[in-house]
Amino acid sequence: MHELSIAVNIVEIAEESTLKEGATIVNEIELEIGNMSGVVLEAMELALESAVKGTMLEKAKVKITTIPGKAKCSDCGAEFEIEELYAPCPECGNPFADIIQGKELKVKSLKVE
Amino acid sequence: MCSTCGCGEPGNEVTFRKPGEENTENNGHLHVHDHEHSHDGHQHSHEHVHLQGDEHNHDHSHGHTHSHSREIEVEMDILGKNNLLAERNRGYFEAKNILALNLVSSPGSGKTSLLEKTIGDLKNEIEFYVIEGDQQTMNDANRIDKAGAPVVQVNTGNGCHLDSDMVNKAVKELKPEDNSVMMIENVGNLVCPSLFDLGEAARVVVISVTEGDDKPLKYPTMFESSDICIINKMDLLPYVDFDVEKAKQFALQVNHHLRFFEVSVKTGEGMDAWYDWLKNEIGK
Repeated sequence: MHELSIAVNIVEIAEESTLKEGATIVNEIELEIGNMSGVVLEAMELALESAVKGTMLEKAKVKITTIPGKAKCSDCGAEFEIEELYAPCPECGNPFADIIQGKELKVKSLKVE
Repeated sequence: MCSTCGCGEPGNEVTFRKPGEENTENNGHLHVHDHEHSHDGHQHSHEHVHLQGDEHNHDHSHGHTHSHSREIEVEMDILGKNNLLAERNRGYFEAKNILALNLVSSPGSGKTSLLEKTIGDLKNEIEFYVIEGDQQTMNDANRIDKAGAPVVQVNTGNGCHLDSDMVNKAVKELKPEDNSVMMIENVGNLVCPSLFDLGEAARVVVISVTEGDDKPLKYPTMFESSDICIINKMDLLPYVDFDVEKAKQFALQVNHHLRFFEVSVKTGEGMDAWYDWLKNEIGK
C-alpha cells in the first residue's frame, strides 16, 4: 500500500536527476531494495507501473537489486543472514538481534538521454 | 492508482481541519509544477497539479544537440525527502522541548481512547497537542477536542499513513507551546506507517488483547521500528485467548529494545506506569 508513495518518490528523484543532466528520457532505472525494508517487491513493481505513466520514466526498464537482510546477535556478536526480522542467532540461539543490513531503499543509477 | 487501497487516487486530497472549522479546503496545499522542455526541435510541456506540499513553479528550458544515452550515478535514498523533513520537525520539537510521540496500531486497538484518558488525567500537569490522522471524518478530533486538547485532524483521503510533510503543516496550525507533549495519532494501519519517520522522539505501538498474540511476528516491521509497546484492554484478558507473555516474547524477538506497558484504558489499570514514563521523558 505504501509502495505507491515510494514509487512516486522514486519517479520524483529520477526526474530531478534526469533534468539536472539536461536529459528528458529515462531508459533504465536501477533500484536497491533491502529485503528487510518493509517493501513488498511485487507491490512495488505494480505501483511503479502506475507511477511512471506520463513521466520521463514511462518507457524505462526497471532493474531491482535486492539486498539480503543481516543481523548481529546482541549476545555473542555473531553476524548472520536473516529472512525474517525475528530470526534467532544460529551460533548461540539467542533470539535478540539487531538489523545491520537489508533496510536499504535507494535509487542507484539511471540511464538517460 | 494503488490497486490495494487506492492511495493517491485523484480527488482524494489531504485536508487539515480543527474541530468547529467548516472547511473542506486544502489550506493552500495546491502546487502547480510546470515543466517545459525544449529539445532538438521538439517541445513538450506538461503540467502536474499536486494537492500536497508548497507551491512550486518550475520552468526548465534545455537546448541540446546530442541525444546519446548515458548513465548517471544517483545513489539517493528513496525516502530521503521524508527523512529530511522529519529531521527538521525533530529539530523544532527539540528546540522547544516538546515531546513528540507517534502512535501506531491497527484500527480499533484503542489509540484515541488512550489519548482521551491520558489527556483527561494529566491535563492539569502537562500541556497536550494532538495531530489526528485518519483517511476520513473529524470523529477523532472531536473526541480529543472534548477531552480538552488543541487538535488538528489530518484526513489523508485514501492515503494509508501520515508523512513528515503532513505533520509539519499540522504543527504550524497547532502552534504548540514549549515544554508540551505532541501526540501524533497515525492512521490505523500496522504496515505502511512503519516506513515514515515523522520526527517523533519515540514511536509507540499499541496492541490490544482482543487481537492475536502473534501480531508482532505477523507485522514485524512496525514492532521493529517502535520504541514503546502498549498492550491495551487488559481488563478483557479473562475472556480471550491472548497470552501476554507470549506476545511480549514475540515482540522482543523482533526488537529487543522495546519497552512494554500493560494497561486498560477502560479501568485505568496500569496507566500510572505510562504516565510516569511520559513525565520522565518530558523532564529529559
